[in-house]
Amino acid sequence: MAERDLLLEADGVCMAFGSREVLRHVNLVLHRGEILTLIGPNGSGKSTLVRLLLGLLTPTAGALRRADGLRIGYMPQKLQVDEVLPLSVARFLTLTGRYAKEKVAAVLREVGADHVSDHPLQSVSGGELQRVLLARALLREPDLLVLDEPVQGVDVNGQVVLYNLIGRIRDQRGCGILMVSHDLHLVMAATDRVLCLNHHVCCSGTPEVVTRHPAYLDLFGGAAFAVYSHHHDHAHDLHGNVIPGDEAHCETGDSDG
Amino acid sequence: MDDFLLRALLAGLGVACLAGPLGAFVVWRRMAYFGEAMSHTALLGVGLGLLLGVSTQLSVMLVSVTLAVLLVAMQQQRQLASDTLLGIFAHTALSLGLVLLAFMETVRVDLMGYLFGDILAVSTLDLYWIYGGGLLVLIVLTLIWRPLLALTVHEELARVEGVPVTQVRLLFMILIALVIAVSMKIVGILLITSMMIIPPAAARRFAVGPEQMALLAAAIGAVSVAAGLWGSLQWDTPTGPSMVVAAGLLFVLVQLSGLFFQRK
Repeated sequence: MAERDLLLEADGVCMAFGSREVLRHVNLVLHRGEILTLIGPNGSGKSTLVRLLLGLLTPTAGALRRADGLRIGYMPQKLQVDEVLPLSVARFLTLTGRYAKEKVAAVLREVGADHVSDHPLQSVSGGELQRVLLARALLREPDLLVLDEPVQGVDVNGQVVLYNLIGRIRDQRGCGILMVSHDLHLVMAATDRVLCLNHHVCCSGTPEVVTRHPAYLDLFGGAAFAVYSHHHDHAHDLHGNVIPGDEAHCETGDSDG
Repeated sequence: MDDFLLRALLAGLGVACLAGPLGAFVVWRRMAYFGEAMSHTALLGVGLGLLLGVSTQLSVMLVSVTLAVLLVAMQQQRQLASDTLLGIFAHTALSLGLVLLAFMETVRVDLMGYLFGDILAVSTLDLYWIYGGGLLVLIVLTLIWRPLLALTVHEELARVEGVPVTQVRLLFMILIALVIAVSMKIVGILLITSMMIIPPAAARRFAVGPEQMALLAAAIGAVSVAAGLWGSLQWDTPTGPSMVVAAGLLFVLVQLSGLFFQRK
């Protein structure tokens, strides 16, 4: 397929629950090889939009188009598995698909979570769980990755590492990525386009354009504009070990911000 | 061994093998109340069966399956939570069953037998019901095992990955209804849920995978049945409740063993 293949298109999508209107005339396009980040305050309709795009909800008006045979890998916001269900990470990854052991191991290596393969799912840490969820989405060899708050519950350094990983996945696999985030600082470096949502599309464009847009500033106030930018002389890998030297790409804000 | 004892043992073992694996899902999906309410509905089935002069297993099955379908249909609306709906349906059905039984003055009804089971009165026909129905339940459960497990872990994720969630959930509820119908006679309406919940709960400590937990639950259920039957002969206690007491004791034993052999 060509590089600019259209994966997903929303055209004037509206959604209401009863009399409560959650989304108004949302337009959106997503191409292969592109990272689109959805930002917006709590209750702005981000999750509803994601559920519409996933096909879990049907819009009350407007049209949703997906590429033929579009394979979606979905990483949900939360996963809470009861202690009473004995389930290893490897088993969790193969719940809906039968994959060869080598393939599961390779994907776990790709996301840097191969060391938890045999652990009970309930025992892995927040950051590891995000990686495991990402691995399950990747196992489907998706054309489109939908990541709902992928760095939730991960500390700032871990977030940077995860966003770098997501960027690398796009580069290597060439899939389209739709990401939900509630703040923009850290996601800036990893995203191509940003769509700022508050029941309707307030503004959209490259991160630089959006962060200067009056609608964005209205929504997030001055605080969001304090761009996160600093240097570390080391970073941490997944196990907490220090990785010295130039691996520390912690600078995530745009320098002219 | 006397014939009726052999039949009782076979019936009990059959029920244990059904209730274990199915009960594992009841425990994982936190559906204990569903099982409880569903089994109470069985009394309406008993009343209807006696009224129409058909096999009570058949009428209980029909009533329970109808309730399951009704529930899944009603869950599409969001105003009332499903446990509230369940309470409304199940308790109405239970009461309606009691009212129906009261109307039938000519029929002598052994209410205690239905509530707490009458395993020693199990007939060969009952055994056919348990093993025939049980085989069907286990085959269907095996077929829906993976999708059911997937939606137990995360329903939306399963749906995105192509699991027909509503259909699988409905099938699972129907399976529970079937198990209640065929095992009513063994432990009774009031105690059937315990055979679905206690053995899997006891099995959890030793299980490292879902399938293992289900099989262990069946085994623990079988031991409880045999021990309960033996105890009821030994001390002349009611059989159904004795089996549940045995299961409860096993559960306590497992918990205590956990205290002494703490796993890492």
